[in-house]
This record gives sequence, structure tokens and C-alpha cells, in this order.
Amino acid sequence: MINQSLKNLSQMLAKKELSSVEITQTFLDRIHQHNSQINAYITLDEEKTLAQAKAADAVIAAGNATALTGIPFAQKDIFCAKGWKTTCGSKMLADFVAPYDAHVISQFNAVGAVNLGKTNMDEFAMGSSNETSYFGSVKNPWDVNRVPGGSSGGSAAAMAARLCAAATGTDTGGSIRQPAALCGFTGLKPTYGLVSRYGMIAFASSLDQAGPMAKSAEDCAMMMNVMAGFDERDSTSVNHPKEDYTSKLNQPLAGLKVGLPKEYFANGLDAGVAKVVEEAIAQYKKLGAEFIDISLPNANLSIPVYYVLAPAEASSNLSRYDGVRYGHRAAEYDDLMEMYMKSRAEGFGAEVKRRILIGTYVLSAGYYDAYYLKAQKIRRLIAEDFKEAYKKCDIIMGPTVPSTAFKMGEKADDPVAMYLQDIYTIATNLAGLPGMSIPVGFSNDLPVGLQIIGNYFDEARMLNAGHAYQQVTDWHTQMPKGIE
Amino acid sequence: MALNIPDIKRIAHLARIEINDSEAEKTLDKLSGILSLIEQMQAVETADITPMSHSQDVVQRLREDAVTAINQRDTFQQNAPAVDGGLYLVPKVIE
Repeated sequence: MINQSLKNLSQMLAKKELSSVEITQTFLDRIHQHNSQINAYITLDEEKTLAQAKAADAVIAAGNATALTGIPFAQKDIFCAKGWKTTCGSKMLADFVAPYDAHVISQFNAVGAVNLGKTNMDEFAMGSSNETSYFGSVKNPWDVNRVPGGSSGGSAAAMAARLCAAATGTDTGGSIRQPAALCGFTGLKPTYGLVSRYGMIAFASSLDQAGPMAKSAEDCAMMMNVMAGFDERDSTSVNHPKEDYTSKLNQPLAGLKVGLPKEYFANGLDAGVAKVVEEAIAQYKKLGAEFIDISLPNANLSIPVYYVLAPAEASSNLSRYDGVRYGHRAAEYDDLMEMYMKSRAEGFGAEVKRRILIGTYVLSAGYYDAYYLKAQKIRRLIAEDFKEAYKKCDIIMGPTVPSTAFKMGEKADDPVAMYLQDIYTIATNLAGLPGMSIPVGFSNDLPVGLQIIGNYFDEARMLNAGHAYQQVTDWHTQMPKGIE
Repeated sequence: MALNIPDIKRIAHLARIEINDSEAEKTLDKLSGILSLIEQMQAVETADITPMSHSQDVVQRLREDAVTAINQRDTFQQNAPAVDGGLYLVPKVIE
């Protein structure tokens, strides 16, 4: 049951072969069995979870079920869920109980999906290894000495260890796709503005985007049908017509033009990863896809640009944590200034502080033009590169990450080395394009991801490409040893 | 531009984050590494390029000037570190 597709689970529920309570309890039992080792979940509330499952069973019995009714999902702890502790992986919000539902949560609730629990993450989504969480690091179920990736590392480990039917994540520079690659499953970051950011704790608002983390492209498509949609409450939500993301899944790939950016296959790409990605490309050729070489000449600037824009936006977004209305407040202080300074010094971890400081610096008087404005200009150049590329191809493929999952602690003390994890994923965030990672094999027994980048609002075509590959391969059904 | 310890302390003050001398040392090292990464941008000519803040060509929506939310003060204040009679408590700021 734990490795069934969402479609199969939905059919089993409809045929009354299984109840939502049974599915939910199975996953809760697995969480009890494995979470102490993996640390994927940081908040469980079984009473709430089982109440939702019972309610879903009533909806199914009444004949009012839709595709995801009764299916249990893991929710990244960046999404406010009413009455649930919502910490964003930070000491700052360690005791914060969300007074309302994020748009993503209310969309899942509206279709009668079950919230299994809140998953661990890098603090305020700042990290690529889940080692910056206040609640401890998450282990990669494929090798518990290695990181699961980040920032959606808890959702990723829960997905890989089959501690949920599927999960949600958010992606500011790669936080869905990089952990999907490192943990061997399918993750999609939609076009910026497609999924509402309402109630999703802000990191870098012009880049943050929520998306599905699931076993297959088909599962992601079913989740996108629930997650995507215009929302008045997010001022950057795009009013794009509602789509059925499952409708194009079975189209043939014959004639699909795929661009391979030469910059994504240059120095820095691990040879083992390159080999597996080449094999995936060969498989796509068999499916009828045509490959052409393209160039994204400014791609090498995406990391410098990102590390100006994201910290700048973060320093502004995180100024709300002042120890007054919510969040951590220091125990002792003499005046208001000292209360702010101490509360923030104690409440934030080292990486979050670093990014706030970088952001504060690049936005400070005299530096705005040289850093922030400059970065916004190069951001346009990066987006223009993709525009040019899409004149020649339908989608773009390449590796998701330059290497496989690294060992715990290996990059923890070297921020710049950590930032290079996202070298192939960040450009799509800057351009606002959708990006996906699908599992395409193993290098030294560790999962490798293929990145599929689409044009704006072309998620259905990307999911079609992922699904076609998953019909002729079984990488997406493989599970780590020891978690059966 | 190379940063020094007084710069780090000034930035930390602007960000309202208390920082001691040994933390400032460590931070200087890490921030200098990140800034030299960022410096790569300066090699690019960007004089005639319009800055990009949103990937879609969108305009800010307007909305009706109407009350849409109910008062949830009590709910919201359950998360506050210190409240009294519906007010958020902070150290005295006016003598």
C-alpha cells in the first residue's frame, strides 16, 4: 500500500477496499517506526489527523469524494495550518501556533485530504542540506549518513521513506528539486505566481513558490490540480485559467524538442551523475524526443544574483520577527532596542543571520545600485536567455544537482560550497519558470535527478515528459532498503 | 569591497541582531566569502537593462476599500510573548 500511486489509492478508497483511516493509520505507524532515525516530521497531531481521515471516509461514503479525498499528505512546516504548530524550522517560531490556514493547506482541506504532520526543513527555508533546522538535521533514507537536501528536507525524507502518500514543499532556489534529486522522487516547482503564497512563511517573496513532492509525475499532476489557482490574498498570484494537469499526461513525446544547455554539462558536474543523465537522455530519444544544443550564457551568474536578491528580500521579510507580536522574546533586556537585538540574536540560527546581514548590507545606503539594482538587471539577462532558448525548443533538460547526496557536515561550515548545490536550479527561480526533477537512476547507490525546465505555465507538458519516461522505467517506484 | 569588523557590527546593528566580538570575527570570514562570490556580477555591463522584479508582466491589482476580515485579536495575541488587556507589551519607550 505504501508504494501505491495516488491514483491507485484514490481508486481503492472509492471501491472501499481501504478506508482513509486505515491508510492514515498505516502511515502514522510507519512514522512511529522510522521517524526517530530520519527526523522527517517535527510536529504530529494524531487526533487532528485521524479526525480528518474519519471526516474523509464520511465524504467518500456519501459519494462526494474527489481525487485526493482521504489521502494523507506531509506538509512542509513553512505552511500555516490552523491550530498546528508552525515553526519554519526556527527557534524564533518554536511555539508559534498558526491562527489560520495557508492557501495551500485550505486547498487540501477543501478536497478532504488528510494532514499527516508538519515536516522538518532548513530554518526559514535557507539551506540545501536541512542541517540549519533548529529541530535537528534530517537523514537521507538512502544513506542515513548523508543529507536529504534542502530546504524541503523533511518532506523529501518522508517521501523517500514512504512516510506519507505525498508531500508539499517550497522552492526559492531549488528547495523542491534538489531534495527530490538527492532522495530519488519527483518534485515540481511551478511557474512563479501559479500557487498562492498566502500563509506560506516568506523567505524571498519574488522567488518563493510552493509545489508537489511525490512518487511520480502523475501524482504531482493530481496535486497540482488542487494546489494551483488564483488567490486574491497573494498580490503576486497570477490569474491563469484553471487547467487539468493530468489531461496531457499520456500524449506521445514524438517530435518534442528538448534543449540541452551546454552550461549545465560543463566543469563541476560529477562524472557519475553525468553518465546517468546521459542514459536518461538516451531513453528520451527512444521515446521520440529530439535533442538540440542550446546555451544559457548568463547561467553562471545566477548564484551571485540570487545571493543578492534572496538575502535582500529575506532581510526585509524577517524584520517582522521583533519579539513583540509573536515569536521568541529574550528573557532579559533593559530597553526596546536591547529587546529587539537579543530576541533576534537568540531566535535566529547562524545561516539565517548571515543572510539577513548580507541582505541588510546590499540594501544599505550607498550600495543599493551596485548590488540590488545590478542583480535585478542581470536577472533580466538570465530570463532573456531562456526566452531565446524557447524559440528553439519546447522544454530544457539537464542534471538537477551537480552531484549526489553529500555527507552530513561536509559543507556545513562552508556557505559558498553549499550554495553551489543549487547551481542548476536557481536560474529557473530567477526567471520565474517551472522546473521539475525526476529520478533517473543511481550513481554509487545514490539517487540522481534529471531536471526538466518548461516555459511559463507549461507544467502540463513537463508532467507529460515525466510521465512518459516513468511509463518505461521504474526508478520512481524504487525504495531505500530497510524501510519496507 | 572588503569588509572589516566595524562594518560587521554596523550591519548587525542595522539588522537589529546583537553580535559579540568572536561572532563578528567568524561572520566577517563567512560574509567576505559570500561577497566575493557576489562580486562576479560587476564584470557584466548592465547600463541599458531594465531591472526585473517579477517574472510575469503584471500590474498591481486594486481592490475594493471594504472590510473583509473579522477582528481576531484574542486569537492572534495567543502567540504574543507579553500582552495585557488586549495590548502588546514592550519596554517603556517614552519617558
